[in-house]
Amino acid sequence: MEKIYLIILGMALVTYLPRMLPLVVLNKIDLHPVVLNWLRLIPAAVLGALTAQTIFLRQSGVTFSWRNIYFLAAIPCFLVAFRTKSLMWTIAVGLVSVVLLNQFKPVLF
Amino acid sequence: MTRHLVRQGISSAVPVVLGYLPLGFAFGVLAHSAGLSIPEIFAMSLLVYAGSAQFIAIALLQSGAGFLTIVVTTFLVNLRHLLFSASLAPFLKRVRVGRLAVLAYQITDESFAVALGHFTQHEAEEKFLWGLFPSCQLGWTLSTVLGAWAGNLIPHPEAFGLDYALTAMFICLLVFQLQDRITYLAALTGGVLALAIYVWLPGRWNIILATVVAATLGVGVEQWKKST
Repeated sequence: MEKIYLIILGMALVTYLPRMLPLVVLNKIDLHPVVLNWLRLIPAAVLGALTAQTIFLRQSGVTFSWRNIYFLAAIPCFLVAFRTKSLMWTIAVGLVSVVLLNQFKPVLF
Repeated sequence: MTRHLVRQGISSAVPVVLGYLPLGFAFGVLAHSAGLSIPEIFAMSLLVYAGSAQFIAIALLQSGAGFLTIVVTTFLVNLRHLLFSASLAPFLKRVRVGRLAVLAYQITDESFAVALGHFTQHEAEEKFLWGLFPSCQLGWTLSTVLGAWAGNLIPHPEAFGLDYALTAMFICLLVFQLQDRITYLAALTGGVLALAIYVWLPGRWNIILATVVAATLGVGVEQWKKST
């Protein structure tokens, strides 16, 4: 499992650099507005990609179906996230929805 | 006076730590069920200290992804910290570089939000951060280790929906980012491309490619709208 520690170190480095550089170095330099715009859109783009992947990519491949529980549970999650803007509530509703959907799966489908 | 500010920082960390607890716990359980040992989980939380990236790393490890894919994905996911760090910079101009280098390592979505909120209402004091930041990190690291330890007792985390914690977290973080038409466009393009690239191209580069293309497209549309 030495590979795990190598991965952890790699992750730590690439996580630290964006946290540190603006505070320590870029403090004195101004980034071009287009670069700033691009950086502003990265979080939305990457989270859109990751969310779509975790919802629609199941073991059998990309699954667009009402039987996909991850997709069904995402609906209340989105509603709660928009409403409360709270990480804790969104996760709580997500977990409860998945457990309930799994319970009622034989009845529903 | 100084000690007072540190203590104020610590008490401001309480709501953040309360949010980290269930998330860190879920991460610990899942990482443990993916085969990571408690020391490995501890090391990851301590050194990487970034919830979403840690969850993604576990998912990628399970899907058999390699070093480069995991590290580049982590980089892209955590690139957002660049903006947090940049917005704290004007408040901390007088702080020595060595200290900034240490504080920077503990910037997260939540600790940043609390710090910025405090600095816009009170005088920006470095000492406040020395109370807030380490407390948040302690909360995160401990809750993941606790989850890893409890993982021994929870053989099937799916039964509690714990495998959905990551998806729910992505949804919430995504909603935080959706502020105007361009961010909606970037998120939607990113999502569609991530699935399309996964289906049509081999390898595990779909997230990285989708992100770069979607953000670039967004900037392109923004520039184009400005010029017309």
